[in-house]
Amino acid sequence: MMSRLRKALESGEFAVTAELAPPKGTDFSHALQCAELFGDRVDAINVTDFQSSSLKATSLAMCKALIDMGFEPVLQITGRDRNRLAIQGEMLSAGFFGVKNLLALTGDHTTVGDNPGAKPVFDLDSVGILQAATMLANGVDMSGNKLEGSPSFYLGATVTPEYDPIELQLVKMEKKIKAGAKFFQTQAVYDLSTMEKFKEMTRHLNTKILVGIIPLKSAGMARFMNKNIPGINVPEHLIDRLKNSGDPVKEGIKIAGELIVELRDKNLCDGVHIMAIGAEENVPLILDEAGL
Amino acid sequence: MIISQHKPFEEIEELLRGCEKLVLVGCGQCATACMSGGEKELMEMKEELEGIDKKILTYIVPETSCNYLLVRRDLKKIKNALEEADAVLSFACGDGTQTIAKLVNIPVYPGNNTLFVGEVERVGLYSEACRTCGDCVLGVTGGICPVTRCAKSLLNGPCGGAKDGKCEVNPENDCAWILIYNKLKELGQLDKLTEIHEPKDYSRQAYPRNLNLRNQDGGGR
Repeated sequence: MMSRLRKALESGEFAVTAELAPPKGTDFSHALQCAELFGDRVDAINVTDFQSSSLKATSLAMCKALIDMGFEPVLQITGRDRNRLAIQGEMLSAGFFGVKNLLALTGDHTTVGDNPGAKPVFDLDSVGILQAATMLANGVDMSGNKLEGSPSFYLGATVTPEYDPIELQLVKMEKKIKAGAKFFQTQAVYDLSTMEKFKEMTRHLNTKILVGIIPLKSAGMARFMNKNIPGINVPEHLIDRLKNSGDPVKEGIKIAGELIVELRDKNLCDGVHIMAIGAEENVPLILDEAGL
Repeated sequence: MIISQHKPFEEIEELLRGCEKLVLVGCGQCATACMSGGEKELMEMKEELEGIDKKILTYIVPETSCNYLLVRRDLKKIKNALEEADAVLSFACGDGTQTIAKLVNIPVYPGNNTLFVGEVERVGLYSEACRTCGDCVLGVTGGICPVTRCAKSLLNGPCGGAKDGKCEVNPENDCAWILIYNKLKELGQLDKLTEIHEPKDYSRQAYPRNLNLRNQDGGGR
């Protein structure tokens, strides 16, 4: 059966994905409760792969748990921790478990995480991970050896629309498409004009783009992200709204909802990807605001 | 050049525990140039070691400490001191230290940490430039090595982690891919960015690597 995410994107529906992180430990209850909260309102749930280079349970374990609950996961795989043997093995296992979507990422560097002494791998970059998935889907591994049964994923990748020089992002995006990527999830965007420009620049690529949405919790968080997170630029007028609000978390949810409505109404993307980073219980509220 | 740096003195002291009589060996090539194993540094180290009651029998700066035959020749000149010494303290790189260790029958301790293969930008300022991957890509990257100068050794363009052109891993470093982009633009070679670079063949880096030119036509002496 075709992935629900693929079906939504290919039929021109406005697709919604949301991100979940596996727990740091063996207690999956909170993460799975959040998945229940998302329920049927999202087309797929991205499961992060040691997000921010911090130790967690693996993405694949959580994907399996989500499938058992009847949800559709997007398995995220970075190049940081696994060489091509381990990455391909993870893909075969994911195929066996019925994972239908896969997102390839470079991954943050080990030194920024919570086990900074770990040896960084980076055997495959995001393009290489996509190539690996494409080869496996064709029945052979990266060395051309035949498989007994092959996994088939709806392949995705990431892109940062707020980047200078943007040509570098576009060139890499084209490589990712050549390597098999069918959809892109972006770094969080807060400025519609960024997406207006990006839409123009990527029109010829004829690919599906889900815009990243990170709900803001406070003016401080917005400022911190502007200063520290590459590719994020929260405009001053939004920071002012958060600053002047009696309930900045609620205001952040409202801003996220409005942003989604405008992105959809102006036809600036094919869907959104909500990354609530620690406030996953707010995802349904954002969807309410956005009328989704 | 191979960039090396003195180990912290406390660590050297710990390595030398129980040794009284020492021979110091430097290197006339890289370690001299990066001021970790030249004559000047050995003299300073001699003084410091004498301050903790070590006896320095002699010191020597071989022409090239990683050249087996040259080191053998130079060590012969200090044969007597080597016979009397408890240990050799080497201020060559890790390569030179091992060459020296092959040629003496007393312990050889490293006084240096070997850091990287790099460029001397200015006196006292060194930067890593080549990771000796065995499969040079500089021809398509404007002469800027992404294997070395991108913290993730990415071959197909940048990650999303550059902030104001700087690397997320160390904001003092420029994003290698932005440098490559600018250089290729300047050279009129931006088309070189569009080809997918296949994953590297790491079997070429399976170590320890050897190179033997002696059995090939035209090679060797």
